[in-house]
Amino acid sequence: MAVLRSWKSHSVLPGFGLALGFTILYLSLIVLIPLSATFIKTAELGWGEFWTAVTTPRALASYRLSFGAAAIGALLNTGFGLLTAWVLVRYTFPGKRLVDALVDLPFALPTAVAGIALTAIYAPNGWLGQWLEPLGVKVAFTPLGVVIALTFIGLPFVVRTVQPVLEDLEAEVEEAAACLGASRWQTFAQVLMPALWPALITGFALAFARAVGEYGSVIFIAGNMPLISEISPLLIITKLEQYDYAGATAIAVVMLVISFALLLLINGLQWWISRRHGKRNP
Amino acid sequence: MSAVISHPLSVLPVPASRATQEPAWVRWLLISIALGWLGLFLFIPLAAIFTEALRKGLEVYWASLVDPDALSAIKLTLIATVIAVPANLVFGIAAAWAIAKFEFRGKQLLLTLIDLPFAVSPVIAGLIYVLLFGAQGWFGEWLQAHDVKIIFAVPGIVLATIFVTFPFVARELIPLMQAQGTEEEEAAVTMGASGWQTLWRVTLPNVKWGLLYGVILCNARAMGEFGAVSVVSGHIRGMTNTLPLHVEILYNEYNFAAAFAAASLLAGLALVTLALKSAVEWKTGAELRARNEETSNEH
Repeated sequence: MAVLRSWKSHSVLPGFGLALGFTILYLSLIVLIPLSATFIKTAELGWGEFWTAVTTPRALASYRLSFGAAAIGALLNTGFGLLTAWVLVRYTFPGKRLVDALVDLPFALPTAVAGIALTAIYAPNGWLGQWLEPLGVKVAFTPLGVVIALTFIGLPFVVRTVQPVLEDLEAEVEEAAACLGASRWQTFAQVLMPALWPALITGFALAFARAVGEYGSVIFIAGNMPLISEISPLLIITKLEQYDYAGATAIAVVMLVISFALLLLINGLQWWISRRHGKRNP
Repeated sequence: MSAVISHPLSVLPVPASRATQEPAWVRWLLISIALGWLGLFLFIPLAAIFTEALRKGLEVYWASLVDPDALSAIKLTLIATVIAVPANLVFGIAAAWAIAKFEFRGKQLLLTLIDLPFAVSPVIAGLIYVLLFGAQGWFGEWLQAHDVKIIFAVPGIVLATIFVTFPFVARELIPLMQAQGTEEEEAAVTMGASGWQTLWRVTLPNVKWGLLYGVILCNARAMGEFGAVSVVSGHIRGMTNTLPLHVEILYNEYNFAAAFAAASLLAGLALVTLALKSAVEWKTGAELRARNEETSNEH
């Protein structure tokens, strides 16, 4: 009992053992043990073989595309997401509630459906593709198509992280800035932005993390040419289909390690923001 | 005018002074850019799905939906969802009870671990089960000897679906139950209620909207998951094809009308999800405002 009390504070509520026990059992069976299988499988390879498997030119090209396109998409979403959140919080226009609800579409729409819809639009004979083709801009079946798909998939994140912060900002701060002679732009850049940037970074990181692992919406529009428009998750599947389990797992481990680092970063950021926020509004 | 004055002051929209409001042309420019951006990435793709689905007429549309392969794909999608959502619901409630109502060491680590499936690529979510249960996997030989099929069969699809929808309910419930504290539960237990009674009569009614919200999101992802399911399914028509995989197969066969017809079902599902989600948000927002007004009236 003394040992128990040292890591859990006393409570009159029952069910702690059952709830925590079930949580840990379920978490282990569904997530932790299966995930650890990738690391154990990779250990069979040995360091040299692992390094060769994850640094082939095809693998390197796929990381460049997956991480590069995800970063561009997340950056686009940061800029336009801030603008969208600003417009949705500060202005009124007809249909605003509908637009606000539709922002979450990329969360709700199955990725394969998004993939074929974007391809239909940007294919050379598609709705937008037919206008871009004469200009020499090819979107579908090129790396640009990957950027489009990953932008779509990450669109809601920045809007949804910035929106609540903008709503909570007190009008008095902006009034004070205006009284002290700041222009509207100065108020935005020097008063509002410092309050917004933690939310912007969190939104960027979430959009980036989601886009890096994305598969369904990308494979239809990407063209999937090795070395050019092949994303890392697709390379994993290709290797699996060739029964190269070790090779597939090695690339998966690289992606997992980077994703876990991102997850820790995001959690750290959110913890830091909530602490900062909590201090300001006790 | 009198109608306006009779309103309590707090609900009147505060007229923004000119110093903290952008000029009208800036406002409309920003609104146009934002709507243009959303149009390009949200409205046009959404419209494209339904237009392409109906391009060859209603008859072809209907025929693609009642095709036996389509129907069996719909059935499998429903089976996977009906197992995955309740499983993650029970987990979500258990995890939220342990994490939100008790103080213990390692809580932060547990929270991060629960979030893990969101950080894992769907393809890797499928891969891990292939490594465990596939022919070459840890349990492959044992499963083969006992004639149990998990990979390229329904159990694998269910497992992959559970994995990708794992955090949804827990994530909604934990912050909500933390915010509500433990006073009401402690009162119930002190007055002699059992743990289950407390959970059913006190805790769950308090978090019902958050619970519903989590279930809606979990359900949408379970029905729409593609990458993870694609790895473990084996794409056997009429057997291990879910609706999103059915869309892919039709599309790769250049049967665009049928692919978009199946896709339009999933898009419809997404729109229903968004509508329900907004309704729940609106409902919780209204309750929260009512509660805030009550407490501010008391003071």
